[in-house]
Amino acid sequence: MKPAAFDYTAARSVEQALAVLVEYGDEAKVIAGGQTLGPMLNMRVVTPALLVDVNGIEALQGPRRSDSGLSLGAMTRQADLEDDPGLAIAQPLVAAAIPHIAHRAIRNRGTVGGSLVHADPAAEWGALVHALDAELVIAAAGGTRVVTPEDFFLGILTTAVEPQELLVEVRLPDWPKEAGWSFREFSRRHGDFALAGVACRLTLDGQRRCVAAGLGLIGVGDTPLRAREAEAVLVGETAGPELFQAAAETAASAVDPMTDLHASPDYRRHLTRVLVADALAQAADRASAVAPE
Amino acid sequence: MAEHVDDAVVGSSVARLEDPDLLRGAACFVDDLDCPEMLHAAVLRSPFAHARLEPLDVSAARALPGVVAVFTHQDLGPRRRPIPIRLCPDEALNDYLQYPLAADRVRYVGEPLALVVAQSRALAEDALGEIELDPEPLPACTDALGAPPAALFEQTPDNLAALSEQSFGDVATAFAGADHVVRSRFDSARHSAVPMETRGLLARYDTSERRLHIWGSSKVTHFNRGVLADLLGWPEARIHLAQTEIGGGFGVRGEFYPEDFLVPFAALTLGRPVKWIEDRMEHLMATNHSRQQHYELELALHADGRLLGLRARITNDMGAYLRTHGTIVPGLSAGMLPGPYRLDSYHCEARSVLTNKTPTGTYRAPGRFECNAARERLMDLAAAQLGMDRIELRRLNLLRPDEMPHARGTHILGEQVVYDSGDYPAALERALELSDWQGRASRAAGGDGRRRRGLGLACFVEKTGKGPFEGARVRLHTDGTVTIATGAASVGQGLQTCLAQIAAQVLGVAPGAVTVRHGDTDLIAYGVGTFASRATVMAGNAVHQAAIELRRGLLEYAATRLDVAAPRLALKNGAVQIDGAAGISLAGLLADAARGKSASPPPTEVEHCFRLDRMTYSYGVTVAEVEVDTRTGEVTPQQVWIACDIGRVINPRMVAGQIEGGAAQGIGGALLEAFHYDDEGQLLSGSFQEYLLPTSGEVPPIAFELLDGMPSALNPLGVKGVGEIGVAGMGGALANAVAAAVGDPERSGTALPLTPERVWQRIDQGRRNDEVTA
Repeated sequence: MKPAAFDYTAARSVEQALAVLVEYGDEAKVIAGGQTLGPMLNMRVVTPALLVDVNGIEALQGPRRSDSGLSLGAMTRQADLEDDPGLAIAQPLVAAAIPHIAHRAIRNRGTVGGSLVHADPAAEWGALVHALDAELVIAAAGGTRVVTPEDFFLGILTTAVEPQELLVEVRLPDWPKEAGWSFREFSRRHGDFALAGVACRLTLDGQRRCVAAGLGLIGVGDTPLRAREAEAVLVGETAGPELFQAAAETAASAVDPMTDLHASPDYRRHLTRVLVADALAQAADRASAVAPE
Repeated sequence: MAEHVDDAVVGSSVARLEDPDLLRGAACFVDDLDCPEMLHAAVLRSPFAHARLEPLDVSAARALPGVVAVFTHQDLGPRRRPIPIRLCPDEALNDYLQYPLAADRVRYVGEPLALVVAQSRALAEDALGEIELDPEPLPACTDALGAPPAALFEQTPDNLAALSEQSFGDVATAFAGADHVVRSRFDSARHSAVPMETRGLLARYDTSERRLHIWGSSKVTHFNRGVLADLLGWPEARIHLAQTEIGGGFGVRGEFYPEDFLVPFAALTLGRPVKWIEDRMEHLMATNHSRQQHYELELALHADGRLLGLRARITNDMGAYLRTHGTIVPGLSAGMLPGPYRLDSYHCEARSVLTNKTPTGTYRAPGRFECNAARERLMDLAAAQLGMDRIELRRLNLLRPDEMPHARGTHILGEQVVYDSGDYPAALERALELSDWQGRASRAAGGDGRRRRGLGLACFVEKTGKGPFEGARVRLHTDGTVTIATGAASVGQGLQTCLAQIAAQVLGVAPGAVTVRHGDTDLIAYGVGTFASRATVMAGNAVHQAAIELRRGLLEYAATRLDVAAPRLALKNGAVQIDGAAGISLAGLLADAARGKSASPPPTEVEHCFRLDRMTYSYGVTVAEVEVDTRTGEVTPQQVWIACDIGRVINPRMVAGQIEGGAAQGIGGALLEAFHYDDEGQLLSGSFQEYLLPTSGEVPPIAFELLDGMPSALNPLGVKGVGEIGVAGMGGALANAVAAAVGDPERSGTALPLTPERVWQRIDQGRRNDEVTA
């Protein structure tokens, strides 16, 4: 388990990284935290001619507050978010999800951008960006473009980021203060990829009617999914177990999960039903009423 | 027979002598060793489960820069010989042995096809990709139970390598006269031990000595030296195997594998040191698998619950070849299936079936993790069908102390099974008390409906202390320190500390003054090794006897030297005491002799070979409590309790380590671990992403209690083995606990591991059945 030989370059700026990527195209591979790419190199699943290390690019580091929300540089380490005392207030759903990402040792190195670009359909960030209506900023030599999560994830381990492009930023809109949240996943062991999981954002009005909802699902398709049909079931209706069960049924019946050693499609669908219903109930408990407009 | 031993040192939790180096990172593992001119090896492994192969084209690989040699089966010349069976060899099995490199046919994914030797491991791996394979695929046999789609060996069309039977009593009559017959099926998945350190070897030919040195072997170094000598056609006296520090064994590490020939062969052929370190991907496909067994059981009972007869058919998926363990694992299952219960009659058929999967061997409590779980599920099932309490059923049938020793009527490892001593009912009662079984059982009845608690238990007997002999040499140095040499090996279990305690006790020195050397063929002429929970029993008693002899000689010498009657002398605190008062230090006693001032030197060295032709049997009861989430099928173990009798205890803290580690492995086997293959024989669980080991998050608190005051009568120290106690009953206890929690105690089929999906299906099935009946 030793990697095939490769060249290595440490980019100092986004421009420098993009220039190298343009030159090498799909012969190059960007390395961020290396928590997935490292093993893939060792197993020779990937054999790039060149590794472009973006760890040293200042512009990609860390979270930053902006006018409209929280901007996460692609190199933001999971542990930096975990250790941010303000995160539970600023982005409670993110704070709830981070401890589910693998183990602390992996979170110390693993990055938000690296996880998203790898696009494992069971990775927690896939559910988060859907549920939060995040925007993903992709840089190319000619400029940047902003895509939605639904346009970002194209297929199994495939995203809209082209070989000569770089994911540079994830923009999370300001958390709606009254919204409730829940992150739920089911895995064989603590820290494993989820067999199914859900990130849930829910806003209720004074009559406990659902005003807005964001539901991101993981582990139940080729990509992380937005459960739009289930959100439609919720919005305008009064929160309660029956509504949540109906939304969970809708979410579960809309997914077409894969089969693997750990779970069949039926079981993953069943877990989705259980997790979505539980997540909605928890989010509703946490939501504070918004005055009707 | 048991000699009185003062329990000041033996029986106390002496801090492990091994730990300071391990904790400081100063311990030397095989991969820590490097030699000048050293080369690195990588093994080309078959990507096909079953195929005929044309000779490999290795020309491109040989031409790569940095590649020194590529060896194929053809290159081995006259050294093309199969690896023999170590335990219970049988000529009838010789057709199924594995050659170090496959000739013209491959039979499992991972089978070695070629060895590449290069300047670095990375370059060697580059060369693996350049070797051309020309396969003619054959159908893969992946199911030991069904009709095979192909024969692995033409002379055995049904792939049945061996069929053995064990029986006692009159089973036919027992079943004819039975009031109840209970039937069940049980399956255990394929597992492996997965020690933290993978296998590894460094071989170096020393031209001045004209000897081949090999580091990295473990477990059975003397035996492996003999096998290597035979395979290489090279004198045994010119082969030296030495152990380094080792990161776990558990049965799989240290057997003679293809690489144990290939690496020394390459070093000898090339005249340069060669290192090979198994990577984890290799490990999961190359190192022995174990435990894939299927049981069909029938139990005949009297109306009052007495067991009358047991019929069993065990099918063991052996994988593609028979390795060094031959067919002992199904044999151990067949011989130990009756367990701790009184049983009038028994018949068991054990089938060893070849499949296109990784070959198998032993893994901690081999054959017993499986058979104990199968039997203990059957006992719960019988209790449910008879409407009896499952504890009462066991109380009624457990062998009593007045029935000891008990000739079981079966045989394992070539010897009759005779339970030497024990109080099995006491172990059950202690386990029930320790776990507060009654209290928990009443509390478990509640629950919120979503999460349900369940209790399960398993009674078991463990064979330990396999003979036939082990040697130890105890040597006193002139500074009063002691060195022990033994043919037993460390597998990380604390062998050094254990043997040091025994010698320290007898010689009256501090355990820290004793150095234990082991696992090295140069140390001692004969060694059997470390397996079958034998090291403390065999090497421990060898050290004990050698130390006693040495003490006698020293005291006689001191009596003359000091002109004091020998009975007034004793060895204590590193000195010879006279009437319990300070006399002369050991160093002082020996110093004169060392400087030639003594007429005759004192004895300083004794070698003793301890022989034992019968095993000693530990036993115990494992209790587990689980919580099952009825919506997801998730099983969360709450706590585990074990009551057991392991004879005299040498070091309680190390016993705790053995029991807790074994219990954790048992939890992995019962709830998480499984190797899966697809229909083409591809290994699907080839990394830790698929093969799920328990982590600290999955292991609940483990409590245990040792039944004291019952030393084994079979050896002077009175010890029994403890290494496999923790794992032996865990599958059965957890399976019974889950059945109790799920509420389907009459379910006749059980398959381990109890994955959440399997448990959810059972719950879902039960729910549907309820709807049908409602």
